[in-house]
Amino acid sequence: MPRQNQPNRSKPLEGLKKVSTGISGFDEITGGGLPQGRPSLICGSAGAGKTLFAMEFLVRGATQYNEPGVFMSFEESDEELTQNVASLGFDLKQLVAEKKLLLDHVFIERSEIEETGDYDLEGLFLRLGHAIDAIGAKRVVLDTLEALFSGLPNEAILRAELRRLFRWLKDRGMTAVITCERGDGTLTRYGLEEYVADCVILLDNRVQNQISTRRMRIVKYRGTSHGTNEYPFFINETGFSVLPITSIGLSHKAPTEVVSSGIPRLDNMLMGKGFYRGSSILVSGTAGTGKSTLAAHFILAACSRGERSFYFAFEESQDQILRNMHSVGVDLERFVKKGLLKFYNARPSAWGLEVHLAMIHKVVSEYDPSVIVVDPITNFLAVGDDIETKSMLTRLIDFFKTKQVTAMFTSLTSPGSNLEDSEVGVSSLMDVWLLVKNIEANGERNRGLYILKARGMAHSNQVREFLMTPRGIELVDAYIGSEGVMMGSARASQIARETADKIAREQARQRKERELRRKHELYEAQLVALKGQYETERDAILKELEEEQKREEVIADQRLEIARLRQADNGEVQLVKNGAQSARKGTVR
Amino acid sequence: MKSPAKRSPRKTNGRSPQKEDPDSWNLRLYVAGQTPRSLSAFKNLKNICEEYLKGKYHIEVIDLMENPTLARGDQILAIPTLVRKLPQPIRKIIGDLSNTERVLVGLDIQPR
Repeated sequence: MPRQNQPNRSKPLEGLKKVSTGISGFDEITGGGLPQGRPSLICGSAGAGKTLFAMEFLVRGATQYNEPGVFMSFEESDEELTQNVASLGFDLKQLVAEKKLLLDHVFIERSEIEETGDYDLEGLFLRLGHAIDAIGAKRVVLDTLEALFSGLPNEAILRAELRRLFRWLKDRGMTAVITCERGDGTLTRYGLEEYVADCVILLDNRVQNQISTRRMRIVKYRGTSHGTNEYPFFINETGFSVLPITSIGLSHKAPTEVVSSGIPRLDNMLMGKGFYRGSSILVSGTAGTGKSTLAAHFILAACSRGERSFYFAFEESQDQILRNMHSVGVDLERFVKKGLLKFYNARPSAWGLEVHLAMIHKVVSEYDPSVIVVDPITNFLAVGDDIETKSMLTRLIDFFKTKQVTAMFTSLTSPGSNLEDSEVGVSSLMDVWLLVKNIEANGERNRGLYILKARGMAHSNQVREFLMTPRGIELVDAYIGSEGVMMGSARASQIARETADKIAREQARQRKERELRRKHELYEAQLVALKGQYETERDAILKELEEEQKREEVIADQRLEIARLRQADNGEVQLVKNGAQSARKGTVR
Repeated sequence: MKSPAKRSPRKTNGRSPQKEDPDSWNLRLYVAGQTPRSLSAFKNLKNICEEYLKGKYHIEVIDLMENPTLARGDQILAIPTLVRKLPQPIRKIIGDLSNTERVLVGLDIQPR
């Protein structure tokens, strides 16, 4: 037996070398992958995904890291394996033809085997050794060793041989994955973790509230630090995905760039600009307050800027949202056609929280949007309890932040509960919190919008009335007067009343002006009339005076005539004549 | 490591090999190198055959050290393994064949 003693621990300071598995997320939680040149144990109950993990480890190794691998299967035949993983897009036939992968089905039929005396498993070693040499393998998978225990009756020999096998794999420098059934209360049914003790990974598929969630935990990883939490994972058409979403720290960047909310008046309330890019916005409110419509405006604005957006809808279908938003003048359909807007519709109860998180994680990483709407987050409460939901949303928010995605979350507040309670208790994680509220008064409901908080922004403290018009959302100043805040028809009637008052005041003023004008005219007219009268009277008097003068003159003349006739002396006549003349001079000023 | 006394594949038979004979026993012994266990297995097998199948057996010894690819065909894990190719059905006996009674049962020479 050729034994290569590789000095695995000759340089302890260098630390343990790790091999990338290529399984998304797994390398992150293990800080690099599986221990290089050592066997690792993958245990889990039936259907936990052990074989798939092992197969992906090999396929990724062969295709991405140029490390050929041997898959020694004790359960499934080569054809079965090929078929099973074809659904994940792994073309085993091709890899086998390229000598990057070697499948070896070890079949043990208990009924065919009779045990007589001492033996060892050198045949298995030789087979494996030959397979490794044939393609220059660096990776080995043994799936599942339990089959040996049922095939070979002598457990003592088997255990000794397995111990030797693991040692042998180590000596050959093979990075090996050994899958094992989970035992009752133990990690593996036959206690194999005692032999393969460098790295033990537990896969689990737990059902809670009728929803199953796959989880992975690193039970043990010698010589390295590793995440100790249970990490959710899922298996989909592209293989295995582990989600190290808990490991994100608080180190995201805070850009100063601002993006519009899509509603000009709302932007005005936020320093006249909108939200910071990469911030998280919570829109909370009771049913029918227009949360989704606000979100749609936000999306519309982003798409109009030519940015990609993602709408995670957990309540309505895509068509329903498009139709409903059309009714308020928000045409999102053209952006769906342009490929700027994508929808992700799913019922919250379709999967567990972790799977939802994983799915969001995945599509966001693939599509790389700049704006995201999650509508609504409260529906997740149907799937998990408060703590789980909060933990999931925390990780979701963190994830969006590190991706610099501006995310808007809507949250339904159930009627009767405190409005300033975000239900899932994530308000402290949010940068901006908009509250939309139904204000009931005078037999009608009106929508009001407040900004409860906006981190790092001066913002308006005013309540705005929020109107849904066929042209979209409009924010109107609520009427604030001596009678308090008024909205809706109360506001309208108050405004009408004020308008009427104003008109009446104006009219009164005009009336007074008119009166003054009329009085002035009257005065003028009277002045003219009075002058006319005076002149008439003056003329009449002057005329009388003149006539009187004439009469005086006539009398004087007559007196002269009489005097002449009486032969009076001249002096007397001359005197009378002068007296008449001086009298006339006095009357004519 | 190898002893010149034993090469593989090696044919050993009592008188003349007659493969077409329906009563002929076609046995294949898988070993890996000249280990004491392999040698004792071969010795034990030879003794049993001579005693119970004299004249109608054929033994083929395959050293997997030299032909590791052959391990796959008969699904050999344990060494040594004796495979009864004929008569059908195929039976496998693992171990050094030291327990003669179990070997006879395994080969169906003796009823269980």
